[in-house]
Amino acid sequence: MPETILEIDALDSFYGDFQALFGVSMQVGKGEVVSVIGANGAGKSTLMRSVTGLLTNRPDMVRFGDAQIGALRADQIARLGIAMVPEGRQLFPSLSVEENLIIGSQVGRPGDWSLSAVYALFPVLAERRNQASTSLSGGQQQMVAIGRALMSNPDLLLFDEISLGLAPIIIKNIYEALPDVIGTGMSAIVVEQDITRAVEISDRVYCLQEGRVSLEGKSGEVSRDAISKAYFGV
Amino acid sequence: MNTTGQYTVVRFTPASRIAAAVAIVILIALALAPWWAGRADMRLLSELFLYMALASLWNLLAGYAGLVSVGQQAFVGFGGYCLFAFTMFLGLSPMAAIPVAGLAGALIAVPVAVLIFRLRGAYFAIGTWVIAEVFRLGAAQVSALGGGSGTSLPVSIVRSIADSRAMREATTYWMALGMVVVVLALVCVLLRSRRGVALTAIRDNELASQSLGIDIWRAKFFVYVVTAALTASVGALIFLQKLRISPDAAFSVNDWTAFVIFIVVIGGIGTIEGPIIGTIIFFLLRETLADLGAVYLMILGLVAIVIMLRAPKGIWGFVRERTGLDLFALTRRVVERRPAAGQNTENKENAHEPQAT
Amino acid sequence: MDWVNAIIQGILLGGLYALFAAGLSLIFGVMRLVNIAHGDLIVLAAFLGLTVTTALGINPLLSIVIVAPVMGLIGYALQRLVLNRTLGDDILPPLLVTFGLSVIIQNGLLEIYSADPQKMSAGAIETASVGLPGGLNLGILPLIMFVTAVVIIGALQWVFYRSAWGRAFRATSDNQDIAQLMGLNKSHVFGLAMALSLVVVAVAGIFLGVRTSFDPAAGPGRLIFGFEAVIIGGLGNLWGTLAGGIILGVSQNIGAQINPGWQLLAGHIAFLVILAVRPRGLFPRIDG
Repeated sequence: MPETILEIDALDSFYGDFQALFGVSMQVGKGEVVSVIGANGAGKSTLMRSVTGLLTNRPDMVRFGDAQIGALRADQIARLGIAMVPEGRQLFPSLSVEENLIIGSQVGRPGDWSLSAVYALFPVLAERRNQASTSLSGGQQQMVAIGRALMSNPDLLLFDEISLGLAPIIIKNIYEALPDVIGTGMSAIVVEQDITRAVEISDRVYCLQEGRVSLEGKSGEVSRDAISKAYFGV
Repeated sequence: MNTTGQYTVVRFTPASRIAAAVAIVILIALALAPWWAGRADMRLLSELFLYMALASLWNLLAGYAGLVSVGQQAFVGFGGYCLFAFTMFLGLSPMAAIPVAGLAGALIAVPVAVLIFRLRGAYFAIGTWVIAEVFRLGAAQVSALGGGSGTSLPVSIVRSIADSRAMREATTYWMALGMVVVVLALVCVLLRSRRGVALTAIRDNELASQSLGIDIWRAKFFVYVVTAALTASVGALIFLQKLRISPDAAFSVNDWTAFVIFIVVIGGIGTIEGPIIGTIIFFLLRETLADLGAVYLMILGLVAIVIMLRAPKGIWGFVRERTGLDLFALTRRVVERRPAAGQNTENKENAHEPQAT
Repeated sequence: MDWVNAIIQGILLGGLYALFAAGLSLIFGVMRLVNIAHGDLIVLAAFLGLTVTTALGINPLLSIVIVAPVMGLIGYALQRLVLNRTLGDDILPPLLVTFGLSVIIQNGLLEIYSADPQKMSAGAIETASVGLPGGLNLGILPLIMFVTAVVIIGALQWVFYRSAWGRAFRATSDNQDIAQLMGLNKSHVFGLAMALSLVVVAVAGIFLGVRTSFDPAAGPGRLIFGFEAVIIGGLGNLWGTLAGGIILGVSQNIGAQINPGWQLLAGHIAFLVILAVRPRGLFPRIDG
């Protein structure tokens, strides 16, 4: 396994009094793509919120590179090099397509991704750069959300349920573009309900069930049966 | 241990029964005040009662119906002016003028509500303030009531309350005491009614209660009009005690809204006990710090800010969170009904409270 | 001609009202906060201007150079230390905390400056005027203030829709969580918005103090004028706010022309009529 970039160590996560994660441990290596699968309510979103800092935890429960980031604010973590394509895209409706992309570069991290690189990846966005982001189709909005995350030149990119609510053909296109996106040495965590896609895209896979890791292994080595069992708990 | 215990919904708790008994004793003692208290004490108590009434009404509006008004001085002043107009021009007795002022307050509140209910949240608050300003400027235009400089209640009308000064003072004292009892009782009855439950549901989750078929606009409208009527009655009584009225005094945002808000915030918003406790604390503070003038008001503002930031449910909310006390028996509690023999009812205080508090 | 004059003066006055309103509108747009102490902060700026003017012996209009940054700093500190803690789903905390703030500022000013009305003198420029055809006289100072107001509103419009700050304001207003993910610290963004709001307040306060007399209790009235201009113009539209201010100023002056006692009443009535007829204001922003 390559050098570890993200290390989650026995993470317990709470919403108020409600505990959503129980002792979750996970590693992501440099340049590695890890998928996290699990049913609704298994704790996938809580995990993403904990990594990005939208939910704060004990400092040493999440480490990124040399830094303990468990208790940092989301904007501080973003500057360290973690970006997310959030579930449901969540573009800024008051901002144009191009402004949505530019604001992704707000953290000021140097790198290869720029407006022109994003437009080269998704040419349709260049044509619509001055439109309101709400006027785009769902698939195009997803491109903006991905572009917005890339603009910060992150070392680790999280994809939270990017196929949710999109037509199958669009999902196919987006997943076909993913290797271009993360092939540049970037690490990624892909959260997915679609087991097949998750296994295809990733090097390793983690299954979450009721807030606990129920399975982990190399994507090529875990069987469908094992995943189904870890997914549904039957 | 019987695990399939039966449950029952109770409202009255031992604490609320004790509180009711204590309240009756205090009420009797207060009713006898003309025989044991001095003139200045009675005046102070009257003022305290009227503030308690205003605070309970504002709390009903803001703490239960979610209508945060900073313009209740509109109805205090309106009630005061009604008292003067009805007694001077229509020949009503002051006693009769007070409920009639309440009725007039309800009538004027209807168009006001229709208009300012178009504003939401904080803009609603400032809208109520504009209405109060309109009332103040309007009152200044009524030259028969002294215009901008105001007027005094004619001696003949003052005499009609009672012949002797002592009797007049006792009468207005009893009226103030009666007013706060009536207001507190009405607020309790309202909150216990179906409407009150609906109101609490709206406050807790407007969207959910809408989907349950509660007509939010009508529920809030009803509370606004009732509160306006009672506030106008209190206003009439306030100016019956002052015997003099002017637009600036009648529609003062500091006297009739700022102090009232501080009372409710300090005591505990959204509880019946809060305004009562807040009023007592407010008067204690005022009697000890009033010599400081502007500094006293700054301290009051600061206390309100600190409470809002640190203990947003006020002093009573703080106490209730730790003790589960509920003196007015508003909350319904689910309590396990145990076999009577050999069991005491110590569990009631610790019973699970439903979310409707 | 009196009527024409009243209307022209009303338009010029409307510029000042739009300045009262612009800061209010800005922070509502960014963080849905309605600052009840807004008027008292305007009056605070006027008193600061008075102090600076008398201490340095300069023209009050020049004191803006000092008062504006000071107010900006006060705004940033206020937001970071107090107001950020009140923001959330519940509207009560911000409302009541700014209400408490209003009482503190008013009484603090009373304690320091006494209740006496004050006025700042801008010198010879106050009486200068240009003649218009028909025997009308247009005061130079009101004209300068009006033009400044228009320029400030234009600048705010530019900041909000064209600058990086404005992008951050709009993004944070749209979705606070996702804005945090973009590296925007919302506490800081809100601090900046309040700072900008109070810089505008500083200009409004100094203009107020040069135009009319003011006292520590004058704040709530300015808040109400600003609020009325915002609602008349339509929420979230700065040029609409300018129009709202002008409508308010003209209504007041027409009222005063009929009967001096009706000046304020006429403004409030214009506001209530528009609220009754067009509850979303004359120029509501088209979202989407």
